[in-house]
Amino acid sequence: MSDAAQTSKPRGLNINWRYIWYQISRSPLMMIGSSIIAIVLILVIFAPLFATHDPNAISLRERLAPPSWDHFFGTDEVGRDLYSRILYGGQQSIAVGFFVVVLAGGIGTLLGAFSGLVGGRLDTAIMRLMDVVLSVPSLVLVLALAAALGPSLQNAALAIAIVRIPFYVRLARGQTLLVREMAYVTAAETFHAKKRHILRWHILPNIMSPILVQTTLDLGNTILLASALSFIGLGAQQPTAEWGAMVATGRNYILDQWWYSAFPGFAILITATAFNLFGDGLRDILDPKQKAR
Amino acid sequence: MSFLNVVRRRLIFLVLVLLGVTLITFTISHLIPGDPARMIAGDRATPEIVAKIRDDLGLDRPLYEQYARYVTGIVQGDFGTSIRPRRPVLEDLRIFFPATLELALVALLVATSLGVPLGVASAVWKNKLIDQFVRVIAVTGISTPAFWLGLLVILLFYGQLGLLPSGGRIDPSMDVPATITGFLLVDSLLAGRFDAFASAFKHLILPAFTLGFVHLGVVARQVRAALLDELQQDYVRTARANGISSFRIVFTEALPNAMIPSITVLGLALGDLLYGAVLTETVFAWPGMGAYVVNSIQALDFPAVMGFTVVVSLAYVLINLAVDLIYMAVDPRIREVS
Repeated sequence: MSDAAQTSKPRGLNINWRYIWYQISRSPLMMIGSSIIAIVLILVIFAPLFATHDPNAISLRERLAPPSWDHFFGTDEVGRDLYSRILYGGQQSIAVGFFVVVLAGGIGTLLGAFSGLVGGRLDTAIMRLMDVVLSVPSLVLVLALAAALGPSLQNAALAIAIVRIPFYVRLARGQTLLVREMAYVTAAETFHAKKRHILRWHILPNIMSPILVQTTLDLGNTILLASALSFIGLGAQQPTAEWGAMVATGRNYILDQWWYSAFPGFAILITATAFNLFGDGLRDILDPKQKAR
Repeated sequence: MSFLNVVRRRLIFLVLVLLGVTLITFTISHLIPGDPARMIAGDRATPEIVAKIRDDLGLDRPLYEQYARYVTGIVQGDFGTSIRPRRPVLEDLRIFFPATLELALVALLVATSLGVPLGVASAVWKNKLIDQFVRVIAVTGISTPAFWLGLLVILLFYGQLGLLPSGGRIDPSMDVPATITGFLLVDSLLAGRFDAFASAFKHLILPAFTLGFVHLGVVARQVRAALLDELQQDYVRTARANGISSFRIVFTEALPNAMIPSITVLGLALGDLLYGAVLTETVFAWPGMGAYVVNSIQALDFPAVMGFTVVVSLAYVLINLAVDLIYMAVDPRIREVS
């Protein structure tokens, strides 16, 4: 590893954060998205501070109570406070979201960048394999995997992460093919820099923008998908508070106790919308070509 | 590259996909803890019976032999046998598929008939209020949990207003018209049963709207992007210079051209709707493939789940292939470029 290559450029992700912040402050939809994300994250992470009740405290006298000052979102069939359960339930949903994008994004990006950098037969083999997985509808594959792994939120998250990997592989490889033609990569190769060095210091920092956009959009999608799996019984199990599972149980009471399903579902909607608004706006900022349209 | 060459290449890819998907489902089936022979035999079966079933299924053979047997079966139309009742998965899916396809097609109709006008409006009034509104609708659409939206519309239109039924395909007290196409709307018309048609139609509204809403925004955004591209073309400028009204330029000149790339999105949407129906069907007790697979998952009937996975994946790939071919046939430019 040559010292010159390491010291010549200060390293980090090549993303202009001040420019991004300037753009965010100019886009109303992105402002809305990022504000909601901030509020949701604070409420969920500090759930013990904001919760009014113990999320698992049973109180049969108050079962299926409508929304009131004591129980903002009403109570469920054993009298647990739905507002507090939604706050704690968000921890599950959001943890799954981050777990999936970190795992799928991490493995997928490394594999894609590696594949694009080495090229040749190995690259072709990896990409054909990814094409095959990508040609299968992801929900179907996730269902099959999650069913086989067994019903639990961890397994659902693992299934989603596995199915998401090829998306990142393709994205990272495409970007790598562009970046590896750059003069600084050619220069590094001229100095016989090792592949690992080029990958770490030249390729990865420069392909991060689109991947960052993808992870943001994926956070929303993952939260949706995980809650859908919980809804059909493949995700979180009772008595864990989780948004999709709460909608599923509330379904039995939908006609008379609408609040039971309505509020947890609304939490999913708001969170997913916020991440999608944010990701959509981020794409416009990081990919000015699209914005020009 | 000629049309035939593309077709040939795509068919080779189709074989690859078949091998890949079956490899995935085969691997998954072998990851499942527990003994499939024991599951089929039931808890009270003697070891001899279990051994016989294991022998029949070839479970004691080497893995590659089992896989070869599995793929050969699929090529011959044997997608596996569900555990309880022991029925060929393909037979089951053949019964449930028309219901899902009918729902998906009507949902596509909902998404298109609302999405195209919204897309046109947001392209014509780019960056105006309507454009922002469509953007919000699009983002909300893809962020809405369909199962939850389904519950809300049931609550409103069935629970509160009592206007529409909450689930099923047709009024349970009504005689179902003889199955010809499997589409209840068509079958009831063919049988001249207008009461059955009305009932089937009413039962379709809520699930089709729920499923369609999720894709409405995607269609609108696609039409918007395609139309904006067209409106920047020289022929549009020429038409404007010649004093042709904006209305005519949009609807008779630009929109038809913009619809060509949109075909791809519509085709893909149909594929998405087919498997997206899994969740919607569960909520509305719609007797289609989605409800079938969810029941199978809950009954731990893995052969049924894997059969479903293979069938839907193949259908999805075939739809995509068909869409690409239509696209090439409609737009000669694509043929030349690719």
